[in-house]
Amino acid sequence: MTLQTVAFAAVAVVLLAASLGVVLTPNLFHAVLYLAAALVATGIVFLLLDAPFLFGVQLLLYAGGVVTIVVFAIMLTERLVGQSIRQTSRYLINGALLSAAVFVGVMGFVVQMPVGGPRPSWPGELTALLGRALVGPFVMPFELLAVLLVIALLGALYLARSDT
Amino acid sequence: MPLAAYLTLAALVFAIGLFGVLTRRNAVGILLGIELMLNAVNINLVAFARFRADLAGLVFTLFTISITVAEVAVGLAIVIVLFRVRRTVEADHLDLLRG
Repeated sequence: MTLQTVAFAAVAVVLLAASLGVVLTPNLFHAVLYLAAALVATGIVFLLLDAPFLFGVQLLLYAGGVVTIVVFAIMLTERLVGQSIRQTSRYLINGALLSAAVFVGVMGFVVQMPVGGPRPSWPGELTALLGRALVGPFVMPFELLAVLLVIALLGALYLARSDT
Repeated sequence: MPLAAYLTLAALVFAIGLFGVLTRRNAVGILLGIELMLNAVNINLVAFARFRADLAGLVFTLFTISITVAEVAVGLAIVIVLFRVRRTVEADHLDLLRG
């Protein structure tokens, strides 16, 4: 077993355990903390795939931004301590069956996939290539994304404003 | 690690997230499940980009991460408004639009 195999196995175990924690723990605040762990583990998967820039983006936007927003939403809608934060689940059997069916369906495609060779190498420094692609062939979606973020910011402010 | 290992891991995380979306009663809990599912798709995109040496997958991942953050901000704003109006974020009780 190479070092990379060991690292992948460790990250996969952490990611799956944290994901199960997100969907199974009764305390909503703990679920958010498990989500943060799962997001950081995903970032480490990006690192194993030789994408350190995406690891940084994942930490900053996901683990930093999303988790903070969700914690604020929980604070505004429920008390952080006490019984009110406990939540129950329903349709456990049906949900498990449907999720397992989706997993089996996806795996049906994965096992048919031809076994690829070794990883091809990037033609140059990956982060520099990514930056050039963002202002080259992908400049239109990049600019549209900026418009979308402004719209989302205004929309969130409009929805959550107080009436006074 | 082969590509199939990363795809299997992503499929597992996607199935777990789907389970959360289907079974959670709390609207914030449902949003957390959606986060897990989007995250699994990001793993797929990066894995395909790496094994095909194609930058498009990485650029797509950057876009989905940004759009997800916007989606979470708007979704939680809606949850906060719902809580203000109905004093609950239980998805089963939010049936204002039911005909």
